Amino acid sequence: MSRRITARRTLIVTLAAWTVGFLIFFPILWTVLISFKSEGDAIKAPFAMLMSDWTFASYEQVQTRSNYSRHFMNSVVISLGSTLVALAIAIPAAWAMAFVPGKRTKDVLMWMLSTKMMPAVGVLIPLYLLFRDLGLLDTRTGLVIVLTLINLPIVIWMLYTYFKEIPGEILEAARMDGATLRSEILYILTPMAVPGIASTLLLNVILAWNEAFWTLQLTTSRAAPLTQFIASYSSPEGLFYAKLSAASTMAIAPILILGWFSQKQLVRGLTFGAVK
Amino acid sequence: MTYSFRALMGACAVAAISTAAAAETITVATVNNGDMIRMQGLMAEFNARHPDIQVEWVTLEENVLRQKVTTDIATKGGQFDVLTIGTYEVPIWGKQGWLVSLNDLPPDYDADDILPAIRNGLTVDGELYAAPFYGESSMIMYRTDLMEKAGLTMPDAPSWAFVKEAAAKMTDKDAEVYGICLRGKAGWGENMAFLSAMANSYGTSWFDMDWKPQFDSEGWKAALTDYLDMMTNYGPPGASNNGFNENLALFQQGKCGMWIDATVAASFVTNPHDSTVADKVGFALAPDTGKGKRSNWLWAWNLAIPAGSQKVDAARTFVAWATSKDYAELVASKEGWANVPPGTRTSLYENPEYQKVPFAKMTLDSINAADPTNPAVDPVPYVGIQFVAIPEFQGIGTAVGQQFSAALAGSMTAEAALEAAQAFTTREMTRAGYIK
Repeated sequence: MSRRITARRTLIVTLAAWTVGFLIFFPILWTVLISFKSEGDAIKAPFAMLMSDWTFASYEQVQTRSNYSRHFMNSVVISLGSTLVALAIAIPAAWAMAFVPGKRTKDVLMWMLSTKMMPAVGVLIPLYLLFRDLGLLDTRTGLVIVLTLINLPIVIWMLYTYFKEIPGEILEAARMDGATLRSEILYILTPMAVPGIASTLLLNVILAWNEAFWTLQLTTSRAAPLTQFIASYSSPEGLFYAKLSAASTMAIAPILILGWFSQKQLVRGLTFGAVK
Repeated sequence: MTYSFRALMGACAVAAISTAAAAETITVATVNNGDMIRMQGLMAEFNARHPDIQVEWVTLEENVLRQKVTTDIATKGGQFDVLTIGTYEVPIWGKQGWLVSLNDLPPDYDADDILPAIRNGLTVDGELYAAPFYGESSMIMYRTDLMEKAGLTMPDAPSWAFVKEAAAKMTDKDAEVYGICLRGKAGWGENMAFLSAMANSYGTSWFDMDWKPQFDSEGWKAALTDYLDMMTNYGPPGASNNGFNENLALFQQGKCGMWIDATVAASFVTNPHDSTVADKVGFALAPDTGKGKRSNWLWAWNLAIPAGSQKVDAARTFVAWATSKDYAELVASKEGWANVPPGTRTSLYENPEYQKVPFAKMTLDSINAADPTNPAVDPVPYVGIQFVAIPEFQGIGTAVGQQFSAALAGSMTAEAALEAAQAFTTREMTRAGYIK
């Protein structure tokens, strides 16, 4: 009896999960489908749209009009660069908070997270002026700095959660054996936390890849990543749905593939500590 | 021989490198619409004439562009050398000293050829601050076959009463044909562009001479009630989400009897590649109520040079080329007269070839029927037909647009929407110091 209930429950849960998953994925699927239609067919009713001819025309036009590879390379450099810099700062910070907590450690963590609650546009003008004076507008360096700062609280939080799982006694033993602070972090802590660091890295690459406010505001052409590539195909006066969909598909494809291959790590990263 | 060949190649390389080094690169911020994309495709022609100027394009969605360009110009960031901006921004930014005057364009540019209605909107205290790339008004686009089937003939200058009657007769909801398609999506440049122009034709306006909002006037009440009545009974479902693109898609699929919107849509709906009704479209002036003002607006996308640009001369050369008579002829020679950017120059409308374009006359008549310096029946203290050229308008216009869009969605009454609009606008205008 209980086996049957369990089987039925599993079936319901599986169906529900697939339904929710499909609903979440549906907009992306629809975007991909529209990208293979002509502009005229893209605006037809859903069934008529699906039945119409398939074409690569939008991809060809997008390739002709825009420099995809430049935007792609900018996205890669900015997202990877900002994540690596953030990790370099966050690992020692998370170590300190996890293994040498002070009286105010929890408050500091909350304060760091609270900076994420501020609307980005609130600091747009001051940051823009700083960037102008430092010559950082439309540079990859500028965006790496901004995205590092934006994602740093999340990186520290995630690493802190992982490090808390590692028994402090192991680090203590290393110290007893004469390990310096540097070698303790580099050779003991980091290798043990590799799965955690990897999922933090993946999640932050995705967050940085998708970041669309600062990357649009602080770049024009040289450092413009794929977010601007998409924005250049949106128009309030003219139907460019097929081209916009093609541009969007090209922009999300790399990160979608990365996410697909690393989904185990990502799920682990996102649910770590959730069952406690 | 080999030595000479090498020497020659070397000389060529040096020449190429020095040309590239001498070339100045200007950054042009622009919107993604057909005319702008066409211009990007014609850059080889510009480079042939001006090999010393390279153009880097930054194409963005209109609202993103507006936000970004405003930040850059307000902080003198200097990221752009040429901006694509609308008639709303030009007088405000010109007055702030944010734009370079274009009064000294070369004589062969013939600035006097620019349509007076457009030129006036771009001039502040005698200084021309932007050159129009294309201009547009609004007009009625209607299905000639459905009009005939309804037993009606569309006059060149119809009234709102006629439009309402025609909408009723053209509607066939079973066949998914709706008598009228109008903007319903909230936004100062969306539903409020249409409704502000409509209100002008009902004898009212945004403000009186003391900057007091007029949403409590009979004119606004009548305009909004008629709009809601038409859209509820004869409009497409979910109209409160429809902007220009959504209505364009509906019209092209044969689902609208009439559509009142930007004149630039005429080239889309008559293009047989995209439109299923391309050969069944007629044009008429935007309607009125006989009070002396029609419900058509005036808008232009213009090229301007920000005061922070370090490459003003190169930028000016580019602006002069892109908005010249020669450019119109270049587009005509490559893609036909119907694709020439409309609504900026008198000479274009005097050209016999352009006069053959089916919507040319109605576009010109619509533009000429619009007067942004005198938009309403009664005098008003502002410039602009479908907008009020003050910095506060974007926020106020969008908030009011949300009320009217909610009324169209059926979540509030017309009276409640007007009351909320009046209260909000009065508060904001008092706060901004317009109402003493």
